[in-house]
Amino acid sequence: MINIILAVLSTLGALAILFASIGILRMPDFYLRLSVTVKASSLGVGLLLICAAIMFPGDASVTTKAIAIIFFLIITAPIAAHMIGRTAYFIGTPLWKGTVVDELDGMYNKETHELQSDPRQAVDKSTSPLDDQIADTEDETK
Amino acid sequence: MTLANYFDFVILPILTLSVVLVFVRLFKGPAIVDRVIALDLIITIGIGIITVYSIRQNQKILLDVAIILALIAFLGTIAFSYYIEKQKDD
Repeated sequence: MINIILAVLSTLGALAILFASIGILRMPDFYLRLSVTVKASSLGVGLLLICAAIMFPGDASVTTKAIAIIFFLIITAPIAAHMIGRTAYFIGTPLWKGTVVDELDGMYNKETHELQSDPRQAVDKSTSPLDDQIADTEDETK
Repeated sequence: MTLANYFDFVILPILTLSVVLVFVRLFKGPAIVDRVIALDLIITIGIGIITVYSIRQNQKILLDVAIILALIAFLGTIAFSYYIEKQKDD
């Protein structure tokens, strides 16, 4: 019985990690890749660690370590994703050409790196509609 | 099929294939931020591989390495994003 639970949990974890890696390879631009990989890989590694906690029964150190790693991953993965996504927007990584709306367009003050809620307060020279970050061709974000 | 064989012949090959797929993105990623998240994902998959390996070898001490790797992945991504953002100012 416990073998079946372990097999199901580890299969789900490995498949979630496989889908994350297919997503980082196939998604059309950086922001979609980021949103796919962080969640799926956290889920997959969490399931594998739960497997390890079940596999060593009656051993408190393994359970504590597994819970610590899961807690740490869930706390830190969104922070790292937010930081790297913000940096990517600042250095001008293009969005996919099929992007419908870019709500951050003109909202960032590029001098002080602050986010404004009113685009007129942000001193941004490049707010003309032709000069946004949405890519013109598919090849720019490949 | 025993559970040990299942871990050896199904789970570990799937994880290895995942690392290879992510490595393709690390190799060809158009921007530097693509490479940063590919490295982050490789380390996260490495935590999973270490976990499965510690189950198979019955060595629970290997989970300590997984804790350190999780710390290093977070610090590396934060440091990369901080300094890439600073680079544009000068």
